[in-house]
Amino acid sequence: MTELHWLPPIADWRPRLRALGGDPAKAWDETVALANGRINFVLTNALDEAARRVFPAGPSGLATKPVRLAVLGSSTLTHLLPAIRVAGLRRGIWVETYEADYGQYLQELSDKDSGLHAFKPTAVLLALDAYHLTAGVTAGMDEPTASAALDEAVSHIRETWGLARDAFRCPILQQAALPAHLSVLGLNEHRLPGSRNRFLVRLNERLRAAAEEDGADILSIDDRAARDGLTAWHDTALWHRSKQEVSPTASPMYGDLVGRWLAAKQGRSFKCLVLDLDNTVWGGVIGDDGMEGIALGQGSPLGEAYVAFQDYCRELTRRGIILAVCSKNDESNAVEPFEKHPDMVLPRGDIASFVANWSDKAGNIRAIAEELNIGLDSLVFIDDNPFERNLVRQELPMVAVPEVSDDPVGYPVALSDAGYFEGLSVTDEDRERTSQYQGNKARDALKASATDLPAYLRGLEMELIVKPFDRIGLQRIVQLINKSNQFNLTTRRYTDEDILAVMADPEAFGLQLRLLDRFGDNGVIAIIIGRLQETKDLLIDTWLMSCRVLGRQVEPTTLNLIAEQAKRLGAKRLVGEYIPTKKNGMVKDHYARLGFTVAATNDTGGSRNLLDLAEFVPADTFIHVTEG
Amino acid sequence: MATETEIYAALKEVFDDVFMRDDIELTPTLTAKQVQGWDSFKQIEIIMASEEKWKIKFNTRELDSLLSVGDLVAMIAKKTGG
Repeated sequence: MTELHWLPPIADWRPRLRALGGDPAKAWDETVALANGRINFVLTNALDEAARRVFPAGPSGLATKPVRLAVLGSSTLTHLLPAIRVAGLRRGIWVETYEADYGQYLQELSDKDSGLHAFKPTAVLLALDAYHLTAGVTAGMDEPTASAALDEAVSHIRETWGLARDAFRCPILQQAALPAHLSVLGLNEHRLPGSRNRFLVRLNERLRAAAEEDGADILSIDDRAARDGLTAWHDTALWHRSKQEVSPTASPMYGDLVGRWLAAKQGRSFKCLVLDLDNTVWGGVIGDDGMEGIALGQGSPLGEAYVAFQDYCRELTRRGIILAVCSKNDESNAVEPFEKHPDMVLPRGDIASFVANWSDKAGNIRAIAEELNIGLDSLVFIDDNPFERNLVRQELPMVAVPEVSDDPVGYPVALSDAGYFEGLSVTDEDRERTSQYQGNKARDALKASATDLPAYLRGLEMELIVKPFDRIGLQRIVQLINKSNQFNLTTRRYTDEDILAVMADPEAFGLQLRLLDRFGDNGVIAIIIGRLQETKDLLIDTWLMSCRVLGRQVEPTTLNLIAEQAKRLGAKRLVGEYIPTKKNGMVKDHYARLGFTVAATNDTGGSRNLLDLAEFVPADTFIHVTEG
Repeated sequence: MATETEIYAALKEVFDDVFMRDDIELTPTLTAKQVQGWDSFKQIEIIMASEEKWKIKFNTRELDSLLSVGDLVAMIAKKTGG
């Protein structure tokens, strides 16, 4: 099964597709909405055609970064490109693709005049088919020969990554080999050194290890095929007919796997799972059935299924996903199982925001996003009730709402198959996240009790740890750069490679700031990139901050640090730009507030602001700064 | 068991989706040459969408023998016992 089963079917999808057009902003929202319906490969292709007709040059003014993806392979891949582009649309990302000529990827990579170089990709997908990868491997090989062939295949692929990286300085996605070969020995195929079937299994293991060393990512279609069944992915008759290794019917799933990688690379994976309670986390209605009446725990298959779902949620929190509750209940009833039911897997402490009342769920989900200080587009909402699902989809189209049945067995499957939380690595912040949000609530409580702000801030015992960009922090830096919209002066989006370039540039600096206080570690909360200009002005290329730490004097403290760095580089003035977007109105007067003079404004509301370093007096704040 | 008329009607839905237009009139003698955009990729789309719709599978020989809409309808009828 390669169906996109977590997406809801849209009844009037076809007429809406045919009506696509008109006002570009509305047409874009409609395109994204259609991409979020459950569509098969035929309709996926139709949507792709329509989107490219309506936006021949791509849409403008998106919050996401457009992607130019080059697909390099050894067989027919053309049929996968529409699904990749549509998977981009599903996430609000415009994707242009380029397919290297059939099997010509090495020549195109090496030839500076090739179409590939002219395309200037911002991401590369290397998709080599099972037949190409095992060319020359036969069951007659002895172990040393087979191992040598394996080494050669791995080093060939790594060289290809190296060529792509040198040429385009962009992220690389390596398709794992699809295990398309039949066994010839049988159950103990692993005893046959030259088995093609085993060769690919070994190759995939080696590629994963190599990807760790080389900084590439893996498109695990081997795992997907293991879940869906190989025949859902690969049709041998079609391979003979058209050299399509991945069956066209699997193309929407293939595209979606690539799409979630592209989104994750921009830091746009979902971050928080919002749970309904009754008939979602346990069976029955706690307010009616009471503690003894709800289905939860050993003894009934249904009760065990809810335990399994809770266990999956718990596993998600352990890798950094935030949990919230949004339930129509009296709060005392809703909390009771968390505190008293012996079979509850999720402790109350795992829920960063707990909202149980009788208001409508869309409003409550907004409140959750506000309380956690994250965007609505980081939320996934799971509810067994179709009415609530549709209400939230309609009111908050940016919230992902998986289509599920009333059988809890399917809930973890929907969350996992949808790939909402696609993560490329696990940072320490991810593992700490729920406790960070818990700390936030304690801070708010202190704020409510403190009578004056200075006393509150002093009481927080804040410590700001400043560190130049480094490889350990790379993932988090890129995540923040691509995800921060509100407190972001310039909204410039950068990749790993861009950050490495800043680290290597002696005329530039990059700072990552971590804030600690008596309630815990807030993690890295601000990113600064500064660049010395030929005029001896220090341009603040990027200044962004997590809204969680607003109003805590982090901004003036950060300016002190920027001024120090600027002086070190020999700058005479600081130049701060404000580039307005739909979402960053809150920092319009950021520089003026910090004592900069407005030097120029433009008609879109942007400004350029100056600060003379000779006259700058560092601000005195309650934050203690240390170097990390 | 589907009648030929029912197959034509259902196949029309497949064509409407594949070409995103509803003015293609399906006749037994209609072939790829007569429909703009009906290339080898669309051909595979039509076949696979038909397989999905009728829950059937064409084998390699059968695929080679599909030259016109009439061939396809006859094959679907045969496979669905019509």
